[in-house]
Amino acid sequence: MKIKLNVNQKEKVFEVEPNEYLLDVLRRTHYTSVRRGCDNTGCGVCTVLLDNKPVPSCSLLAVKADGHEIITVEGIQEEADKLGRHFGDEGADQCGFCNPSMALTVYSLKLENPKATDEEINQYLVGNLCRCTGYVAQHDAIKKYLGDQS
Amino acid sequence: MNVNEYVVVDHVEKAYQLLNQDKKNQIIAGGAWLKLSVKEVNKLISLDHLSLNYIKEEKDFIEIGAMTSLRDLEMNSVVNDLDHGLLSLAISKIMGVTIRNLASIGGSIMGKFSFSDILPVLLVMDCKLYFHHRGEMNIEDFMNTRGLERDVLTHIKIKKQNRKSFFKRVAHTALDFSMINIAIVYDDSFMISVGSQPGMAMLCKETMSYLNETSEVTEEVIKEAVIIALNELNLSSNLRASQSYREVLVKTYLKRGIRQVIE
Ligand SMILES: Cc1cc2nc3c(=O)[nH]c(=O)nc-3n(C[C@H](O)[C@H](O)[C@H](O)COP(=O)(O)OP(=O)(O)OC[C@H]3O[C@@H](n4cnc5c(N)ncnc54)[C@H](O)[C@@H]3O)c2cc1C
Ligand code: FES
Ligand code: FES
Repeated sequence: MKIKLNVNQKEKVFEVEPNEYLLDVLRRTHYTSVRRGCDNTGCGVCTVLLDNKPVPSCSLLAVKADGHEIITVEGIQEEADKLGRHFGDEGADQCGFCNPSMALTVYSLKLENPKATDEEINQYLVGNLCRCTGYVAQHDAIKKYLGDQS
Repeated sequence: MNVNEYVVVDHVEKAYQLLNQDKKNQIIAGGAWLKLSVKEVNKLISLDHLSLNYIKEEKDFIEIGAMTSLRDLEMNSVVNDLDHGLLSLAISKIMGVTIRNLASIGGSIMGKFSFSDILPVLLVMDCKLYFHHRGEMNIEDFMNTRGLERDVLTHIKIKKQNRKSFFKRVAHTALDFSMINIAIVYDDSFMISVGSQPGMAMLCKETMSYLNETSEVTEEVIKEAVIIALNELNLSSNLRASQSYREVLVKTYLKRGIRQVIE
């Protein structure tokens, strides 16, 4: 079946199977910044923004996204660069596998709650796993990013 | 999951008819649980175009459409005012924000998950469910009735109350299922439920009537209430926790919860 998605501000038509998940459709059409980890809502690396809200694309059927707006990390490049600089400064970056999903989730936190407290940051990111960094440096980087109005 | 056909219905009756046409036809809400639990679907019935995604405040109750996401409920100020934010708190403890944006209240109820953090809370909240075919049903009857999976849940209503409340879920990590979860509300009477026994959540009716009939809730009374609760619950062991550990958790958090709501 055909579905229409607005991906990173571009209207596109995709031919999809009724059982195909958004993650599979995005990856086979070269949006490879969207990663596959657990494939069952447990790790967060497949996160995209659906109408500006972070969702696990591994568990969202592509047909359910028909007519909606999808943002991958390429769609928030400027914000991802800003966050990336803080990640670099704080040593919050290792293999980078979780970075695109982390950037999208943190961006969405900034839209919802730009003055998030430490506890609120932790709560918001509970579903975004990182197997390398141990989270402390990431947390510090995120705080600096949220405080950075430049 | 293999799906033959994806059907977006424009009327609830159509969803109901399709659901009852073939055992392999299934409703999809957020679809997060369906992905893990169902292998073969003939027609996957989407409720996305039925305008069931809403939270409406009425004089005495709040009406919530079955397709409303858990995250929308968690963030809604009217829902936050129910029993001092009991439902919002319980929802906020489920996995991460991303899945709460996807998962719906309808799927969370119809799944009748034994690990559910939502069902124990709805049990103490005066919650009514509305099915397309069967009509109104209170949440406790729903939990005790089989065979409702072939009906369509359209909305729920929760009575507006602002009683003192307590909710505790204990899990190995934030992303794990609960080993136990406890919900308590109190104004001049107690409502107490326990879930993830590991069986489905239940109201602790004998404990509630013992507490509700005592004139003063002293430490002695609380101790006795815990004994009654342990007798009436069906605690047992599974991969997540042993029966004896669950008993310790119930003892600890039931006491703590009762003390907290009478303070
Ligand atoms: C990995 C994972 C971990 C989870 N952890 C927890 C947890 O710790 N605590 C917790 O409380 N919950 C947990 N959940 C459950 C989650 O919160 C949702 O309750 C669950 O995903 C169901 O919601 P859904 O919208 O995805 O439903 P779906 O998967 O779409 O549907 C679930 C079932 O309900 C039926 N259904 C859905 N809507 C209706 C309707 N309106 N009428 C009739 N039938 C309907 C479907 O046919 C299906 O059988 C977890 C889920 C997952 C996938
Ligand atoms: S791949 Fe989607 S949450 Fe892990
Ligand atoms: S940096 Fe490697 S998973 Fe996060």
